[in-house]
Amino acid sequence: MRAQFVLSEIGVGLRRNLTMTFAVIVSVALSLALFGGSLLMSDQVNTMKGYWYDKVNVSIFLCNKSDAESDPNCAKGAVTEEQKDQILTDLKKMSVVDTVTYESQDQAYKHYKEQFGDSPLASSLTPDQMQESYRIKLKDPEKYQVIATAFNGRDGVQSVQDQKGILDNLFELLNGMNWAARAVMALMLVVALMLIVNTVRVSAFSRRRETGIMRLVGASGFYIQAPFIMEAAVAGLIGGTVACGFLVIARYFIIDHGLALSEKLNLINFIGWDAVLTKLPLILATSLLMPALAAFFALRKYLKV
Amino acid sequence: MIRFDNVSKVYPKQTRPALRDVSLEVEKGEFVFLVGSSGSGKSTFLRLILREERASHGQVHVLGKDLARLSNWKVPHMRRQLGTVFQDFRLLPNKTVGENVAFAQEVIGKSRGEIRKSVPQVLELVGLGGKEDRMPGELSGGEQQRVAIARAFVNRPKLLIADEPTGNLDPQTSVGIMKLLDRINRTGTTVVMATHDQNIVDQMRKRVIELEKGRLVRDQARGVYGYQH
Repeated sequence: MRAQFVLSEIGVGLRRNLTMTFAVIVSVALSLALFGGSLLMSDQVNTMKGYWYDKVNVSIFLCNKSDAESDPNCAKGAVTEEQKDQILTDLKKMSVVDTVTYESQDQAYKHYKEQFGDSPLASSLTPDQMQESYRIKLKDPEKYQVIATAFNGRDGVQSVQDQKGILDNLFELLNGMNWAARAVMALMLVVALMLIVNTVRVSAFSRRRETGIMRLVGASGFYIQAPFIMEAAVAGLIGGTVACGFLVIARYFIIDHGLALSEKLNLINFIGWDAVLTKLPLILATSLLMPALAAFFALRKYLKV
Repeated sequence: MIRFDNVSKVYPKQTRPALRDVSLEVEKGEFVFLVGSSGSGKSTFLRLILREERASHGQVHVLGKDLARLSNWKVPHMRRQLGTVFQDFRLLPNKTVGENVAFAQEVIGKSRGEIRKSVPQVLELVGLGGKEDRMPGELSGGEQQRVAIARAFVNRPKLLIADEPTGNLDPQTSVGIMKLLDRINRTGTTVVMATHDQNIVDQMRKRVIELEKGRLVRDQARGVYGYQH
């Protein structure tokens, strides 16, 4: 009885305020789509960073057997144990070096698998195609050149890479986009909240007769407020569902089809469907709770109980 | 049932109090008329009983509870034991007569079966048997007030507050409403009724409480209206 009564009140309220309800749905959908987009963008950056990105500054890649045949830097053959020992001793003597970690072929293979999963490229690889490497953390990350001049061209060294140099510009771009998305999201969120507060106010005003009578006959505060809160929550949930739709469609058209970035940029590891799907419950919950809370606080002001 | 101890009420931003030092007691089962000119404090008196306002000084006891100490969330429970009737009926225009009465039971969570049983019963009591499916707009003023009384009475309150219930009705219809309120009073429900209707007060010969400029100036058993314009 009570549930049915409350549900019919919600339907009446939402229809009475159709334009406002629509505005709430659109603003909630946009703000939460941006929220989800921003989360996914962070995920994308993390996916691209790989195992060593945040841990070290410079990597010295050592020649393996296949490099010995193809790479001019490794013309003298794969790295030997003495060469490795010599590099390590030299590294440890350098004052700019903070820590040195050795990565074997097996470890490199494992980390690669973790990052790229079962992409076609990863599944064709074997551990002995991977390179051994020294991963170096510097006391001052700017001193990359010191390591590069010292070890580039040395026997057994295939290349010295500044870990940040390769991806930093891209990450900066993504980061900037992320902040822009967050700023727009914050703005849309404020708009959404103000719309909800206003909708609730209009709704409470247009039903002041009913609520007045409810008060007279002794309805509890919660019972009087529930229809308004539920109205906001339902409108928000519809907006949240639309936002989820946006995210799914966006991933589909940007990564898999349409723009099809995954085919055009096949060296980049893109976020999977699981990354998108795990965000959806969070977005739906936010879309339900945020408007409900906004309505609750708005009612404290506009609906005397 | 109702006890006022030295009650005063000053509304914010007003210097003249709406009620000044009012003390009185209404016993269970009484029928009390509240008379006085406009602005004499009748409405404030009723609003204090309904706990729509709090007293500035003194204590208001209703149904044995000190309303100053009643926390906000308990107020609805207190109001469920009161019935209220107003001059302007306060019916929901888009609900039928039956739904309007049922509304008072729905909001306090009565079961559908209970509602189905008690609504026709109370409508019969107020003389509107069989009019459950009519809309309030189709009824006369007297009939609308009967619906309001049915709604106030359906939860069998111990106390019925009526604020000029005959104010919008012609004398003949008013008599019918008064007979109904008298009948409700005879079931043991205490009735407090504010009114301007001299004939009604003079005919009924009930207790009369008169307010003037917020002061209690007369409290008379079996009184008459007595107020001269």
